[in-house]
Amino acid sequence: MMELIEDGYEYLRDKTLDSIAEVGRIAMLVGDTFRKLGRGLRSFGLVVEQMDHIGVQSLMLVFIVSLFTGAVAAVQAGYQFANVVPLKFIGSVILRSVIIELGPVLTALIVGGRVGASIAAELGTMRVTEQIDALDAMAINPVRYLVVPRVVAALVMLPVLTIMANTIAIVGGWIVCLTTLDVSTHTYVTSMKTFFFMKDLWSGLIKAFFFGGIIAWMGCYYGFRTEGGAEGVGIATTRAVVSSCVLVLISDYVLANVLFRFIFNS
Amino acid sequence: MIKIRDLKIKLGKKQVLDGVDLDIPTGKTVVVMGRSGTGKSVLFKNIIGLMHPDSGSIEVDGQEVVGLPEKQLNEVRKRFGVLFQSGALFDSMTVGENVGLPLREHTKLSSAEIAKRVTERLEWVGLQGVEAMKPASLSGGMRKRVGLARAIAMDPAYILYDEPTTGLDPIMSDVINRLIRSLQQRIGVTSIVVTHDMNSAYHVGDELAMLHEGRVVFTGTPDEARSTSDPMVHQFIEGSSEGPIKPL
Ligand SMILES: Nc1ncnc2c1ncn2[C@@H]1O[C@H](COP(=O)(O)OP(=O)(O)O)[C@@H](O)[C@H]1O
Ligand SMILES: [Mg+2]
Repeated sequence: MMELIEDGYEYLRDKTLDSIAEVGRIAMLVGDTFRKLGRGLRSFGLVVEQMDHIGVQSLMLVFIVSLFTGAVAAVQAGYQFANVVPLKFIGSVILRSVIIELGPVLTALIVGGRVGASIAAELGTMRVTEQIDALDAMAINPVRYLVVPRVVAALVMLPVLTIMANTIAIVGGWIVCLTTLDVSTHTYVTSMKTFFFMKDLWSGLIKAFFFGGIIAWMGCYYGFRTEGGAEGVGIATTRAVVSSCVLVLISDYVLANVLFRFIFNS
Repeated sequence: MIKIRDLKIKLGKKQVLDGVDLDIPTGKTVVVMGRSGTGKSVLFKNIIGLMHPDSGSIEVDGQEVVGLPEKQLNEVRKRFGVLFQSGALFDSMTVGENVGLPLREHTKLSSAEIAKRVTERLEWVGLQGVEAMKPASLSGGMRKRVGLARAIAMDPAYILYDEPTTGLDPIMSDVINRLIRSLQQRIGVTSIVVTHDMNSAYHVGDELAMLHEGRVVFTGTPDEARSTSDPMVHQFIEGSSEGPIKPL
């Protein structure tokens, strides 16, 4: 019995220490990325290549997801408004929920799945096939060469993808309003205009920027730490996706508090 | 000249290197032999600072590299060419881009000059017209040779080979062995070859060193190795499962 408790204690202690060490190592990677930022940006071609991977190649996915997000938002609002709120306000509800919450968060989750996985798998494979060692051996810093372009591309592309997602979601909502809710284009647009606040848009884009960082850093971190062949690459990929999705949601909560209580509270 | 003294490193619970002493004289090729898992790759990763020893010293041309900050370490690394066990080619790049990468990163050569040097180095390793190919479409032997072309792109003073012939057919192994020899003569490079292929060791080595249980237990010329009375060395070079070294 005593032994069981001791084992349990040791297990918990080791797990806790591991997690603390993990957070420390991630912080070190983030710090390293900033230190190498200047030199990393000089290889601008690498950044552009990653912008293509992260941004352009996610367009189709983001397009479909946001079209349906907007449509669902409209259907749901229509259902919940029924006999309570006049439907002429539907445009503003769709607009604000999309640009503050749905656009940035869903884009981040989708891109986090696609891009986080591909970064972790690519860097993980490079790790286990000694390609990252080869970079070091050639005096090419792997953080500068691999991490900086991915992080910068994600920081830029997530807000861009989010703007696109917002636009398409609003179109999706508009289609539903026109076809099934009997709300005219004029009503939809007027309601959006009346309740549009620049700070809503900004808060969504600032969140998207942070989400971009989370996705790229998680992918890079778990990719770099891969060990043990193909199985290890699979584990790294899963960890990158799960941790970036969880962190996106947690930071969404934290950022919502920070942004709306302290920064945009006027 | 590389001088390794009392190098120790523990990985996990295993004391992988337990006081390695080894000299690599300038212009010579030293072969480090040993069974799989004795720490040959670990030793070679310590030399170029991919792993850091717990204690001991590694001097390259009189400069201590253990504990060197990254910037200075990179200056030392630029004097090394490294051929990794698997070739370690970047599969997102073409062969030509692979070989040219160190030149693009570390020199001010124009792209035409780089292309010329890339073609030249590929020719040195016996490859022609492969610049546009992707590493995935190459055979194991070609991949090793492209890796070698990349390792010599910057005219290194030292080349480290990690198991250059492992996994190759005997004919391709001979091609690689001859390349190692010819590079030594052509550019006077100092080499460390890590291998368990005795054929290759005899062919390319000026000196052989045997690594066993974390230490160098023998050094000598190939002739001395052949005529040694040391039962451990004898067993290894004969490739026998009977003797003081127990197969695990
Ligand atoms: N990063 C590492 N972490 C823990 N153990 C390692 C690591 N790298 C190598 N080892 C262990 O060190 C020993 C020597 O490995 P290695 O140098 O690759 O052998 P080889 O002589 O075949 O090249 C092996 O037992 C291996 O399991
Ligand atoms: Mg090895």
